[in-house]
Order: sequence, then C-alpha cells, then structure tokens
Amino acid sequence: MKKTIGVLSVQGAFEEHIKILKQLDVNCIELRKKTDLTEHSIDGLVLPGGESTVMGKLIRELDLFDPLKQLIEQGIPVLGTCAGLILLAGKIADDESLHFAAMDIVARRNAYGRQLGSFQADEEFDALGKIPMVFIRAPYIESVGEKAEVLARVDNHIVAAKQANMIVTSFHPELTDDLTVHQYFLSQI
Amino acid sequence: MSTRYELNKNLAQMLKGGVIMDVTTAEQARIAEDAGACAVMALERIPADIRSAGGVSRMSDPKMIKSIQKAVSIPVMAKVRIGHFGEAQILQAIEIDYIDESEVLSPADDTYHIDKTKFDVPFVCGAKDLGEALRRISEGASMIRTKGEPGTGDVVQAVRHMRLINQQLRTIQNTSEDELFQVAKDLQVPYDLVKIIHETGKLPVVNFAAGGIATPADAALMMQLGAEGIFVGSGIFKSGNPAKRAQAIVKAVTNFNDPKLLAELSEDLGEAMVGINEQEIELLMAQRGI
Repeated sequence: MKKTIGVLSVQGAFEEHIKILKQLDVNCIELRKKTDLTEHSIDGLVLPGGESTVMGKLIRELDLFDPLKQLIEQGIPVLGTCAGLILLAGKIADDESLHFAAMDIVARRNAYGRQLGSFQADEEFDALGKIPMVFIRAPYIESVGEKAEVLARVDNHIVAAKQANMIVTSFHPELTDDLTVHQYFLSQI
Repeated sequence: MSTRYELNKNLAQMLKGGVIMDVTTAEQARIAEDAGACAVMALERIPADIRSAGGVSRMSDPKMIKSIQKAVSIPVMAKVRIGHFGEAQILQAIEIDYIDESEVLSPADDTYHIDKTKFDVPFVCGAKDLGEALRRISEGASMIRTKGEPGTGDVVQAVRHMRLINQQLRTIQNTSEDELFQVAKDLQVPYDLVKIIHETGKLPVVNFAAGGIATPADAALMMQLGAEGIFVGSGIFKSGNPAKRAQAIVKAVTNFNDPKLLAELSEDLGEAMVGINEQEIELLMAQRGI
C-alpha cells in the first residue's frame, strides 16, 4: 500500500515538498487544522520551510500542536527542513521560544544573517554523496547532544542531523531536483 | 540564470501562504510579528496616510528601517520609488531582505524601472496585468504582487488585477505554439517568458495579492482567486483593533477554504478601516509604472 505523508501546510513551502513526495509515489495530506489529523492516518510527517515564528503560532492556534507533538513522541518518522528544524530543536540560541523541543540539538536562527547571506553549496549528505543544498536565511545547528548524530556539515557548521525518528536539515531539499533527502526520509518508514 | 536570482525567488517561496504587513514603527513591527506576519514592510507612512497627506512620497529613513530590523526576526522589506536605483542602493547597503519598487511612492522615473538584475537583494514589483508582471520579471523582479489600489480599503482593483493576470495565463497556456511570438509582441514582453508560461501555466515567480485588503474575507477571496499570499497595508493599523485583525487575517490565509472557520475569525474584529470607493479616488496609484 502507498505510504501517506502529512505535510504541515499552515505557511511556507509545503507545495514544493508535496511535489517531490508525489514523484516518489506517496500520498500527501495537507495539514492545516486539527481535523486533518483526525480524518486521516499518516505514516510520516514533513515540517517544511517558511517562517518558524508564523508556523509556531499557527500550529498552536489551530490546535495542531498537541496532536503533532504526540505523534512525534510516539515515534512517527519526521523530516524538518529549515523552519521545521527550528520547530523540532530542543534549544534555540538567542531565543527562548521553543516548539516541539523533541531533538537534542542547539539551533541558531538566521545564523547566516539576512537575505544577502543566503547561498547554495554542494556537500556530502551522510554517506550518500554530494547533494545541492539551498540555504535561505537559514539556521544551523550549533551542537548536537549524545542522542543525535550529524548527517552533514558545510564550512564546519552542522546543517543536517538525525535522532531516532527525526531528520532535520537547515537547507531546503524541496527547492532542488535532487531527491536524496526525501528518499532517505521515506526509507525510515 | 544566476544563483543569486534563484535564491531570491526561493525566499519568496518561503513567504507563501503568509501575510506581509505594513508597519511604521518598531512597536508595530513587533505587534505584526506576534500576530503571525511572515514579513513586514517598513515605511514611514502607510498608504492611506500617503494618500491623504499628498505631496512627494519617498523611501523611508534608513534609521527607522534599521530599528525595525532590530525589533523582529522575520524578513524586513522596504519601498523605493519606481526607477529610483539610488534609493535601492541605499536599502541594499543596510541589507534589506526585499525591496518593493512601489507605485505607492511618487515615481522617480516616468519611463524606466530599476534594472533589478544589477542588485543582489531581491525585488517585488506591482502589476495590474500579465504584460506588466512579465516586464518586471524581465527587469529582474523575483516576486510579483497585484497593484490593487493601495490605501483605499477597497479590494475591487486587486480582484480585477488578479483575475486579469490569471485569465491571460490561461490564454497563453492554450495558445498554439507558433502564435506565441505574436503574444510576446502584443504584450511587449520577452518571448522566453511567454514560452515558460505556455508550458507551465504559471508565472515563473511567486505572486501575492496587494492593495485594498482589509478583512479576513478579503484575504480568503484573494487566496481563492489564486494569490499565493497577501500584503496588508493600511487595513491593519488603520483599524480599531490591529492585533486582533492581523491575527484573523493570518489564519484566514492559511484556511482560506474553510468558511466555518472564516466566520469565527470575522467575528468581533472592531471597526475596519473606513476606506474610500474607487469612484471617489483622485489619485490612481495603479496607473504608475506600466
């Protein structure tokens, strides 16, 4: 049976994730409100790029926070990109607001500065070879705790990590034609 | 296509499904961020006040823009006059996240827009039809918005512009390939862009709605008409309860297809901005920069 992936769709680049996931032959459900989770059962969860302040606020006000947190704690495979990484981080440097706080990592928001600091790089992702990585006002991971492992670095900064059911990238795999990160995510399901 | 241009289009993709709000002070910027704005537009006077004050309207004081950059973590945009690359160079120097080359300010050049390919920071430009949109894109704009009629609280022009752009996109998609050269000629736009639209049916950059949006219902209307996000200018801080109205519009953009939720969001928002009807307007800003 086809896998079903829930893509958080309250703001940001969720359509781009859905487009890639469809190429990989999975069903996608847009998660915009609580009933989207009660009416469908999902095998995996994508937290896309966008503005983390907006998403953090909307998931609470649209009653998505508790059910999503429960799914994450129960071990559903999760892919968080950019803002999604911030939603999952256990600690955010220079920012007291936390969201799911499920991952043993310290993240820094807007770590490369404003839009003029946005860039593209080609670096190794885990043992899967070099992939294109697009960073848009991106965060990076300052440090990972014992439970998390590093999947990729750019210029000595950690830009991707994994812990149990969770994969995070500070770059946007949904903005390129490369399917590596999404295939890696689906292989965990 | 340069990497920088791709990155600039990508930032607009991250703003999709969000609301960009006009703010005039650091305090308003924080209210907007707390309400869920995905970016703020820093300007000294909101369009409704520009309209009533009259006179020449220019780029805002960089000091005021910097105070807003310090106050919030979301992207900060600011406006320059049409054709005023001098103002744009100044905004790039203070590392603005997006420049709006805007008809809301007094045009500085009545013939030429800014050559936006010469800049590293991204530009958003207004358009009332597909020809304008594609000319701005060929000049280097990495995001488009409808012009609407700023500072009026009347959504009719934004609706007209969005519908027209979408009609023209559909027409090109269905036009025979050998007729596309004539389409490019009629619209006064590059053939390559017409070809892309013929193949995809979409603009090659993100398209937001702007101009006259004042209520959650207006925002939902524009999203259902195909906008990928919303600019709200005077509609928020000219209303009775800005924080509440801002939050309601943010949620309306996320759940634009859910009338029951929209009904709840529309309750008890206090007074909307008074607004001004199309027939009563003396200055049509949308006529600037074609």
